[in-house]
Amino acid sequence: MKQDYSYVGKSVDRNDSYGKTTGHAQYTADLKFPGMLYGKLIRSTIAHGRIKSIDTSEAEKLNGVKAIITAKDVPSMKWGLSPARFDENIFCIDKVRYHGDKIGAVCAVDEETVYKALKLIKVEYEELPAVFTWQDAAKEGAPQIFEEYPGNLNTEIHHHFGDVDAALKDAYYVRTDKFQGQRTYHAFIENHASAAYWDGDRAFLYSSCQSVHYVQYHLCRVLGMKMGNLTVRQTNVGAGFGGKLDPTGLDFAAVILSKITGQPVKMWYDHAETFLNGRGRHPMTMELTTGVDKNGKILAHKFDCVLEGGAYTGLGIASSYYAGSLLGVLYLIDNYKFDCRRYVTNLPPCGAQRGHGQPQPRFAFEHHIDLVGEAIGVDPIDMRLINARKGNSITTAGYEVKSYNLVGANKMARDASGWTEKRGKMGVGRGIGVGNGGFVTGAGFCQYRTDYPHSVGMVKIFDDGTRAYVYSNAVDIGQGSDTVLMQMAAEAMGYPYERCQMVTGDTDLSTLDFGAYASRQTLMAGWAVKRAGAEVKKKVLAKACEMLKASGRIKEGFGYLDGPLTPEDLDCVEGIVFVKQEPAVKLTFEEVARKYFVDHGVLLGRGWYHPGKLGGNHKGAAVGTSPAYSSATQVAEVQVDMETGQIECVDTWDVHDSGTIINPKLFHGQVHGAFYMGVGETIWEEVKFDKKTGKLLNGNFAEYRLPTALDMPPVESLTLDDSYEPNGPYGLKEVGEGATTPTMGAVANAIYDAMGVSMTELPITYEKVWRALRDKKASGK
Amino acid sequence: MSSFVVDKDGIKRYAVTVNVNGSDYTKVIKANTLLVNLLRDDLDLTGTKRGCELGDCGCCTVMLDGNPVNACLVLAIDCDGREITTIEGIQDGEDLDIVQEKFIEHAGFQCGFCTPGMIVSSRALLNENPSPTEYEVREAIAGNLCRCTGYVNIVAAVLDAAENL
Repeated sequence: MKQDYSYVGKSVDRNDSYGKTTGHAQYTADLKFPGMLYGKLIRSTIAHGRIKSIDTSEAEKLNGVKAIITAKDVPSMKWGLSPARFDENIFCIDKVRYHGDKIGAVCAVDEETVYKALKLIKVEYEELPAVFTWQDAAKEGAPQIFEEYPGNLNTEIHHHFGDVDAALKDAYYVRTDKFQGQRTYHAFIENHASAAYWDGDRAFLYSSCQSVHYVQYHLCRVLGMKMGNLTVRQTNVGAGFGGKLDPTGLDFAAVILSKITGQPVKMWYDHAETFLNGRGRHPMTMELTTGVDKNGKILAHKFDCVLEGGAYTGLGIASSYYAGSLLGVLYLIDNYKFDCRRYVTNLPPCGAQRGHGQPQPRFAFEHHIDLVGEAIGVDPIDMRLINARKGNSITTAGYEVKSYNLVGANKMARDASGWTEKRGKMGVGRGIGVGNGGFVTGAGFCQYRTDYPHSVGMVKIFDDGTRAYVYSNAVDIGQGSDTVLMQMAAEAMGYPYERCQMVTGDTDLSTLDFGAYASRQTLMAGWAVKRAGAEVKKKVLAKACEMLKASGRIKEGFGYLDGPLTPEDLDCVEGIVFVKQEPAVKLTFEEVARKYFVDHGVLLGRGWYHPGKLGGNHKGAAVGTSPAYSSATQVAEVQVDMETGQIECVDTWDVHDSGTIINPKLFHGQVHGAFYMGVGETIWEEVKFDKKTGKLLNGNFAEYRLPTALDMPPVESLTLDDSYEPNGPYGLKEVGEGATTPTMGAVANAIYDAMGVSMTELPITYEKVWRALRDKKASGK
Repeated sequence: MSSFVVDKDGIKRYAVTVNVNGSDYTKVIKANTLLVNLLRDDLDLTGTKRGCELGDCGCCTVMLDGNPVNACLVLAIDCDGREITTIEGIQDGEDLDIVQEKFIEHAGFQCGFCTPGMIVSSRALLNENPSPTEYEVREAIAGNLCRCTGYVNIVAAVLDAAENL
């Protein structure tokens, strides 16, 4: 099925190489416009309360302040990311719901004046009791954060496939374990920023976001604007990991403030504010029960999960569904029960972070299944091989899975890591562990309801054929989507990759794409630009055929041709159009494209992609259904200091079943980064709040502890050569998020192997390990 | 001490001359102006990024008299008469520096936001120590946080650059 390609499968350099290594690449905060003002948000200083009054009079008197806005100055329509739970206002109207909630915005002639003005604004509150844990939020008589969520219950899911209770009754061994995850944060280095200006009735917004389309849609809906009147643009984006998918208060405020002042306005979050904007990983409280036969085959599984959601919903419904929807893709489980609740609390909202709702449930399941295997004497990798899904199958929930080689991934990881020689044989303090994961390759549905295609692409060839412009509003947040999209478009056209250029990040000039989330762009935008490239090629071959015939170089009945020359007799590779059976008879793409332009005007190709009707009919099937699923196995080897509890991740292996790899260099970079985030969340990272006030305690990178270059282990990133996904362009499927999902389980299992104490609460800090070892010693076991 | 004028609010504004990437610039600044803001706002050298503004992330790293520093922790007034190299000054004319070339070859960046600081720290290391061990490379960039790459390709790029200096 695989062919020799010119660009697909090649580690070409990133298209943004020059700009990003020389400092010339611009990000939103780097933008400057003549007459530009600077703005910031006014934030709540309490966790829960009614706003009694907002006094901006002193701030307004300050020289250089141009405008101050609060809820009374902006539309009151609620927004969110999921139509079932639109619950967020541009600025708080009646009450604030967390310490840091958005109350208003200020703009002034320079930054210093903005900060001075913020200090002069007085907000009076009637303070209300607040809740900071789901356990407190769920208590009878707990303070109500939203009228629309009685008992603070924001989302409730009950899925039941097969008959779990009956299957558990027949099981050889049944085990229940409890796990606790923590709140983590994306920790991209570029803080959110927005800049806006108006021209008559048209607004232009630059946003550091993951989807220009969603930002445009949500802003227009709330501001009552036609989408054709708001252009959303972007420069480079300093990463997102899910945290830049929701529109921010900055996007709304910049557009409104620039309208009021008639001047361009740039807004930005400082570092702590990005933590307050939140949308990171939900802390999950999880209980898992599994029944197996004596070989380790899973007969039934019950998963009970509670999410602490923070103050608003955002993507929280999807996070809740994702917590349970993909387990049945990984493993063959006929009887599966998933019960889930999400509560709102008086903390910054949680949302989507790399792997979305899945990494913590993966951690829980992967550790749980090791404990099950241990009890019945089955090796961890054998447990996984016995239960792994195989390709061309349908899950219990009705999702259709085409390519899927989890078995191959486990075997390759086992062999590469030296598992058999190492597991249980390395002595006290050294351990090796395995974890599985994977992800969707794009969601089956738009976040709001629409019949639009999910990705639209276009290719325009420059007049004289010397450049190909590839159009797509897919967002390159660093993962390299621009590069791989151009590789695919170039391949489809038969045109040199080096002469391609992206036209992106502009809702006017480029073409619709839903953006960077759910690991969707390489597949969906990939189809769109591949099809656009193919249309260009078709036109080029037809024109070349005409030119060759007119040139007299091809005569009917000329040896290798049965009849007259047709476009099907031609091909185009790397900018050369040639007769397939006589490659010496050729034209350059450039000369053919130029002739096309002379005869017909612009040479254009168009493409689009819609996933169509996908599998699953149950309520909530939309979250989890996808055209293609990746699978992955990771193995981690750790050293635990049995005196101090310090953990060192020594070596790691990742095998990702990712279909055709479009650009190996960028692919491995995704695996490295995914593992990096996963290991950080396993050992070090946790967002913390004051237990009494709900105030953010560690909104900085000194106390929110990201792994440094000294903490990061080597990662051996491996691929399965025969992986090919029929639903993906050129046979590809996802890598970016799936590779984060096995990590916590793999590292936690290695820690267990090293020290013989099961750690069920994330992050597995040195202190927790030290305490666990001390307790173990004290108990004499 | 640099010469100053007093504005109408009684705040002193100082004239400082800094040499940035080989050229002298004289600017009037306040005593609390940070080097990162002088570079970005007054000189339009936006390659130096503003990230945490607390000295944690390292994305504003520049060389001050050859030493890597966080430009968010340095007062501009302390740079009077001193030499600064920013990311824009790493390349030699149109030729990229070997560190830049190797970052490209190894894909030692993704979103690119930490990259200017990362390249400046790496170049500063190689200026001092042309054949670092892997540990020395990791130590030199330990103050530069990167959320995208897991540092794997960055470390490979710096080691490869060292071999090809």
